[in-house]
Amino acid sequence: MSELKVSEKDVVVPGEVIAEGMDFLPSSGTYRLGERILANRLGIIRIEGKVIKLIPLGGKYCPKKNDVIIGKVKDINFSGWMIDTSSAYHAMLSLKDATTDYVRKGADLTKYFNIGDYLVTQITNVTSQNLIDLTMKAPGLRKLRNGRIININPYKVPRVIGKQGSMVTMIKKATNCQIIVGQNGVIWLQGTPEGEILAVETIKKIEKESHMQGLTDRIQKYLDDNKLKNVNTEEERPQHHEEKYAKSEKVNEDDL
Amino acid sequence: MTYKKRFDGREYDETRKIEVKAGVIKRADGSAMFKIGNTVAYAAVYGPRELYPRFMQDPEKGILRCNYNMMPFSGSGERVRPGPSRRAKEISMVTEKALLPVVDLGDFPNAVVDVFIELPQTDAGTRCAGICAASIALADAGIQMKDMVSAVSVGKVDDKLVVDLNYEEEAYEEGPVADIPIAMIPSTGELTLLQMDGEIKKDELLKAFEIGKKTLLRINEIQKKALKEKFKLEVE
Repeated sequence: MSELKVSEKDVVVPGEVIAEGMDFLPSSGTYRLGERILANRLGIIRIEGKVIKLIPLGGKYCPKKNDVIIGKVKDINFSGWMIDTSSAYHAMLSLKDATTDYVRKGADLTKYFNIGDYLVTQITNVTSQNLIDLTMKAPGLRKLRNGRIININPYKVPRVIGKQGSMVTMIKKATNCQIIVGQNGVIWLQGTPEGEILAVETIKKIEKESHMQGLTDRIQKYLDDNKLKNVNTEEERPQHHEEKYAKSEKVNEDDL
Repeated sequence: MTYKKRFDGREYDETRKIEVKAGVIKRADGSAMFKIGNTVAYAAVYGPRELYPRFMQDPEKGILRCNYNMMPFSGSGERVRPGPSRRAKEISMVTEKALLPVVDLGDFPNAVVDVFIELPQTDAGTRCAGICAASIALADAGIQMKDMVSAVSVGKVDDKLVVDLNYEEEAYEEGPVADIPIAMIPSTGELTLLQMDGEIKKDELLKAFEIGKKTLLRINEIQKKALKEKFKLEVE
């Protein structure tokens, strides 16, 4: 006689009874205590047949292999860079994973990445002690110049990206911004000042309302209501030349 | 036998008015406010994050670090020397030990979760209010935990068993007073905090636990509701 105590997509808190009886199976974020299944953390309930799953609503980013993240250079040592991943641990980017150049022993590594630079980078390995290795050797991985950085809850990243990138594409089109979303909840955007502001507002709205129904429609409406006056989506955007921006490097940090 | 009615007119097993709010400190990873009568506790949780100095790191699991502080103006208004007192250090430690059985930091070796508890206004029962606030804040921060700990003080004033003593009752002079703060894991009924100031008979103590446990289950419901409220607000 198993019985569910909550319904699909309900918000549950730690220690809340989700189901009673042995017919259900606890999965990630839940545990069994005697006959009952209880929530292990704050999240939303998903029921897949017999399996009860909990999608976390918040928390720090948990590094995973092959994730593309945006990190900040925190320190430089002889053989590479220490990167802040905005998780509980920092990551190491070793020299041989960063460049194909021949670099002499003891050379100045700041000419590649300096302290404070933001990088789009990929996680290659995470050990049991959460030592993280990174690489820059994959398409799309680069140092970020100009634009602005915002931080969001990493568990909302899939909602900001949308199905096959539908959501982020929608924002890009409406605001004429370039946007890179890191799996760790760090987002880089670049465009006109107005476009950037609208994009930031939209992303914050998604972050706030993502656990509710009809998100895409609401965001589409929000973007239509706040349409930029002279966005010409037909217009060819200037190509991104790294040399061109190298001198006026500026990164705005807006992490509130 | 002179204590016939409680000073503030409550029933013997009635707590003071409780008000709870989650997510009050935006900058923190998780936060909560817990107000019980005239006692107000704020808790903010940061982390899991890197832990330094290095000798404090535990390679097997993350550690929990609690910090309890009564603000200088919170009590009678007497001058308080800044910095942690002997009392504050002890309460920080018992808070940590009350919360540790529920939090699971096995996924965060070498890391730390910091819990800061501040009390801007106090009228007895601060450690209990602090623990209640801290467990909501920890859940709000998305930390893995088996359950939310609830805490309340029980005790005896003169010959009456009461819950949630206020300062007036704690300082009652016409008869014996026992003040027993307890914290419980509601799903299992285990106690994680048990201290006592004063004296009480064994059978009375056991009876006080029974009343306390009932109260704690009610407080737990309030805690859960407050945390869910945060996500309802965001809907509108």
